[in-house]
Amino acid sequence: MTPAIYRIDSRVEEFPGTCTVRISPESAGGARRCSAGQFNMLYAFGAGEVPISMSGLQGDGSYVHTIRIQGLVTRALHRLNEGDSLGVRGPFGCGWPMDKVAGRQLLVVAGGLGMAPLRPIVQALMAGSARPASVQLFYGARRPQEMLYAAEVEQWSRALKVVTTVDHADTGWPGQIGVITKPLGAASVDIENALVFLCGPEVMMRFCIQVLLAKGVATEAIYLSMERNMKCAIGHCGHCQWGPNFVCKDGPVFCYRDIRPWFDIRAL
Amino acid sequence: MRGIQQLLQQHALFQDLPEADLTLIGGCGENCVYNAGEYIARENAPADFFYVIREGRVAVETYMPNHGALCLQTLHDGDIFGWSWLFPPYRWTFDARALEKVRAVRLDGKCLRQKCEEDPRLGFELMKRFARIVTERLQATRLQLLDVYSSERPRTAETRQ
Ligand SMILES: Cc1cc2nc3c(=O)[nH]c(=O)nc-3n(C[C@H](O)[C@H](O)[C@H](O)COP(=O)(O)OP(=O)(O)OC[C@H]3O[C@@H](n4cnc5c(N)ncnc54)[C@H](O)[C@@H]3O)c2cc1C
Repeated sequence: MTPAIYRIDSRVEEFPGTCTVRISPESAGGARRCSAGQFNMLYAFGAGEVPISMSGLQGDGSYVHTIRIQGLVTRALHRLNEGDSLGVRGPFGCGWPMDKVAGRQLLVVAGGLGMAPLRPIVQALMAGSARPASVQLFYGARRPQEMLYAAEVEQWSRALKVVTTVDHADTGWPGQIGVITKPLGAASVDIENALVFLCGPEVMMRFCIQVLLAKGVATEAIYLSMERNMKCAIGHCGHCQWGPNFVCKDGPVFCYRDIRPWFDIRAL
Repeated sequence: MRGIQQLLQQHALFQDLPEADLTLIGGCGENCVYNAGEYIARENAPADFFYVIREGRVAVETYMPNHGALCLQTLHDGDIFGWSWLFPPYRWTFDARALEKVRAVRLDGKCLRQKCEEDPRLGFELMKRFARIVTERLQATRLQLLDVYSSERPRTAETRQ
């Protein structure tokens, strides 16, 4: 439960209010192993602690996180510079089911900041692991200027089928203008073999699920990351309880089949 | 003509239409090509056609004084552009501009609308199919308006002031 002290090795401002940091522990030994879809609790001294997903798998004893200013704590984290320290607990949670990817038609669907927890997946695929039959990445954002990892996305698009779509842009933007459900709806999907990894604002995920189900994709083939507020991250406090699940330890990645009854309840 | 009919047959909009309907609709169609920058439709001009985009990107735009053209959405391979031919006053409500070389099937809506008046069964069938496209676009527009990727909560009537 005690945070370890980490230092910021590098910091990149993705766009105003959102940065990506690489952090490594002050003590020897390196960071603990983590998998795509897991998260750490990052502690900004004097401000508080928040869950932030792994947004890259370094394999060199460091963690990569992308942080967007939301409120008090994320603002304090965003303010940190290279060389500054922060507290880290983790990694926590169940990540993306990479063991299911081999031989499948993988659809990675990201909306806004939801690209962060999916980036390690794409990086792993680019490195040749998991061996899906095919990969399509759908990435929706507000504006071209608010797309994460722009240079990398450009690189990915040379190796994978990448569809980017933004809500607003001028026509100089080479991607699509509109909402992500449209290219997703138009995609050719092999419903027997499809596997979907989905992350974004909940309302965006809800609409994407509607599109996927209408196409005939099975509920058990859809996995999504639920980013509900949490405190302890180890299933003790009940802050993130969602139906019978604790987002922190049973998730944040869930199979849609297992959470469908809770996903559709408005007050939850 | 046969080629156009075959093209239409493969499109979801025309799926499972009786052969005779397809022949009739195909008879109202022709292949066309627009170069980058060319307008396919202009706001307020008579909407006598609709288009099945076979290849290329089309921007649906509106003009804002002191700002210029504002792109509302882009359309792509397989998309349908245009439903104004089906509803009075039969005028385009937006501009449509080719962003790159666009190949499309242009269908004569004016002629089809006459056929629909004469044959209500065909009219209803087409109306249902176009209503679906309109609904999908409306839903997409609503989602776009929700501004879901913003870090701020959606604004309500109370918070908007
Ligand atoms: C498993 C998990 C992974 C996450 N990964 C990332 C990540 O990679 N990068 C990142 O920037 N953020 C991520 N988040 C969200 C991040 O944890 C919250 O933005 C943060 O906790 C907000 O704390 P704050 O003190 O800055 O804001 P607060 O002052 O606590 O909140 C400000 C406002 O934001 C709202 N809010 C707070 N948290 C959330 C949330 N999770 N979803 C929607 N609204 C919220 C509050 O209700 C309030 O209105 C993740 C959350 C979870 C649960």
